[in-house]
Amino acid sequence: MVLLFLFIIWEMVVKLAEIPAWLLPPPTEIIEEAMTGWSLFSVHLQSTIQLSLLGFVIGSSIGLITAIILHLIPIIRESIYPLLILSQNIPIIVLAPLLVIWFGFGLMPKLIVITLVCFFPITVAALDGFRQTPNELKHYMMMAGANRGQLFWKLELPYSLPAVFSGLKISATYSVMGAVISEWLGAKNGVGVYMTLASSSFRTDRVFVAILFIMIVSLILFAIILLIERILVRWKAKEENKK
Amino acid sequence: MTLLSIENVSKSFGQNEVIHGLNLQIQEGEFVSILGPSGSGKSTIFNLIGGLLTPEEGTIHLQNKIINGQRGSVSYMPQTPSLLPWRTILQNVVLGQELRGTTNIEKAQEMIHKAGLGEYIHSYPHELSGGMKQRVAFIRALLSPQPIILLDEPFSALDELTRLSMQKWLLNIWESNKRTVLFVTHNIEEALFLSDRILILSQRPASVISDLKVPFDRPRNEELVLEDQFLESKRAIHYSLKRNVYE
Repeated sequence: MVLLFLFIIWEMVVKLAEIPAWLLPPPTEIIEEAMTGWSLFSVHLQSTIQLSLLGFVIGSSIGLITAIILHLIPIIRESIYPLLILSQNIPIIVLAPLLVIWFGFGLMPKLIVITLVCFFPITVAALDGFRQTPNELKHYMMMAGANRGQLFWKLELPYSLPAVFSGLKISATYSVMGAVISEWLGAKNGVGVYMTLASSSFRTDRVFVAILFIMIVSLILFAIILLIERILVRWKAKEENKK
Repeated sequence: MTLLSIENVSKSFGQNEVIHGLNLQIQEGEFVSILGPSGSGKSTIFNLIGGLLTPEEGTIHLQNKIINGQRGSVSYMPQTPSLLPWRTILQNVVLGQELRGTTNIEKAQEMIHKAGLGEYIHSYPHELSGGMKQRVAFIRALLSPQPIILLDEPFSALDELTRLSMQKWLLNIWESNKRTVLFVTHNIEEALFLSDRILILSQRPASVISDLKVPFDRPRNEELVLEDQFLESKRAIHYSLKRNVYE
């Protein structure tokens, strides 16, 4: 509703102030372009979706594995964790050209960019989840004779699932963004390529089409993860309903 | 036959000696309570038997094997139910077995039904009341394969009425299973009502100051707690605790 209202105001302001379309096109024109230019755009969209999904899967797997290793081996956690935080302070825009120099224009540098933006939220969320496991549950498990592996697989991992999913949801939206940024590096197809072309030829309506679809893809990815979470962490939802 | 035997065990945390020269023996099939003031190191004793802590001195034998610092030799029921929230009741009660090897689902189902929790067998813990959760935790302990069950003030978080019905329920289940039980409590009445023998702990550093045989026959019913002999014993224990705690 709010979104619709914003679109109406936008439309009215553009029409009343007679803003030229190359500066700010009205929503109706954007939607029109989305429909007429679909055959051209869909190729780009498809390749971006593939790239985001692949990057997301790789990034979140690496994120989860990193969290597990850091959690199970405390010495590594203490020495590596600060490095991980530092890695998040390197601006991707600066790193991107370097990656191209090292790995060329292929898939590799793009996946590295997406992985870099994806893995961190998951690692942090999962580590917190592991550590927040209640002491009373850990105490029971240890008294009952659970070894380190059992403690992790039967208690800490399932306990941290809600936290892991929070991380996954953040990473999912990041992965689409990461894919678009990585396409700026140079690619044949992709929403990033489409956007660069559109903005350099002052096709502002196309830039907005790209933005619109980036948001839609992010939302769909988010919704899919939410759905998986509902299925896997059913106990948590039930517990909260009761409260 | 002596099942569990603790000989001359001492344990301290830094400068602070918590247990000093503790001796106790538990026979097979016996229900023994450890009674002591709060902070007297009861939980430390359990952590020693459970192998989470290692004593500085002395030995702990279970079935003639030394189990100092060895985890998983006993079955355990903690103060809070400690059920895993993502497991159903049935999946929760088999956890103790699962950690030690094989699970017996049929036995578990049978026990849940016997405990009057049949309709909750596929429910999650948060759907149960506090008393029911403790029943589940006790069934989990009963189903665990170890030869002795440690109960750590299992009813202390329950209200008085629930506590009474839980004690009766526990006795009922126990009398048909006759597992060896070591029960920690600070409630005199509870210790008298449930056990064959009561060990009274001193204040820190803890050691056993008296070993009382409970003179009542089994099966016991709730009228017992109002009989003269029961009240007499309660009074005796009360004074013995008071003497050692305050003087």
